[in-house]
Amino acid sequence: MQIELTHYLLLAAVLFSIGVMGVLTRKNLIVILMSVELMLNAVNLTFVAVARYTADLTGQVIVFFVMCVAAAEVAVGLAILISIWRHRGTMHIDSVKLLKW
Amino acid sequence: METILFAAFALASILAALLTITAPAPIASALYLVVTLFCVAGLYVLLAAPFVAAIQIIVYAGAVLVLILFVIMLLNLKPVEEKISIPWHAAGIAVAALLLLVVFLTIMSVSSLLPPASPLPSGYGTVGQVGRLLFTKYLYAFEVVSVLLLLAVIGAVALIRKPDAGETDAD
Repeated sequence: MQIELTHYLLLAAVLFSIGVMGVLTRKNLIVILMSVELMLNAVNLTFVAVARYTADLTGQVIVFFVMCVAAAEVAVGLAILISIWRHRGTMHIDSVKLLKW
Repeated sequence: METILFAAFALASILAALLTITAPAPIASALYLVVTLFCVAGLYVLLAAPFVAAIQIIVYAGAVLVLILFVIMLLNLKPVEEKISIPWHAAGIAVAALLLLVVFLTIMSVSSLLPPASPLPSGYGTVGQVGRLLFTKYLYAFEVVSVLLLLAVIGAVALIRKPDAGETDAD
């Protein structure tokens, strides 16, 4: 069986949905951050797959930018988590509800 | 051969991703995430993107995951008490399943329009080709990203800095 673009897109969709499920069902802030990483990876996979099947390198270049933004997001996100840990002493998402109406 | 590798990487990545979001201990989640990232890197190699695969392993599996593991171990994180509220849990799974269904149907409906695998130009996906594009057509974006990374570093340091002795903590 030949592997087509459809297969890669479906795989990326599955990975993205797993990431969404992790964000919506977990209570541990650090696991939620990892689920966001999963979603970013699924999007990167889509970019590279479409780049391969259209023989256009632009998709691969975009992936670099997505990775840079993801790295920045992890650095700032973990800094916020450490800050929350210092002030509240927990990583539970229910401890962070200052902005909740 | 390509089919077998794709199937192996796809199954392993989905399995590891599911374990990432279900493992009770955050450290186990992080280690399963490394497996997922390695599988995705393998798929990048199959997609004629060896440079992106290398960057994926160096930046993600290397830097980002080490950062996450470092924080987990530094804070000595125990698994948080996850009192599962059944309606909320089910709603989360339902939303994810609905999203998957919609995307699945969309992909299937356009699947016949998607381009088949075409022969690639020589040098496709090598460091030279990607680098040339990065430093010519996308030079401005490249420079802006470097500023973004600098801002992220400054922001992270500012966020976790302990208040000075004379300074009163606002919180």
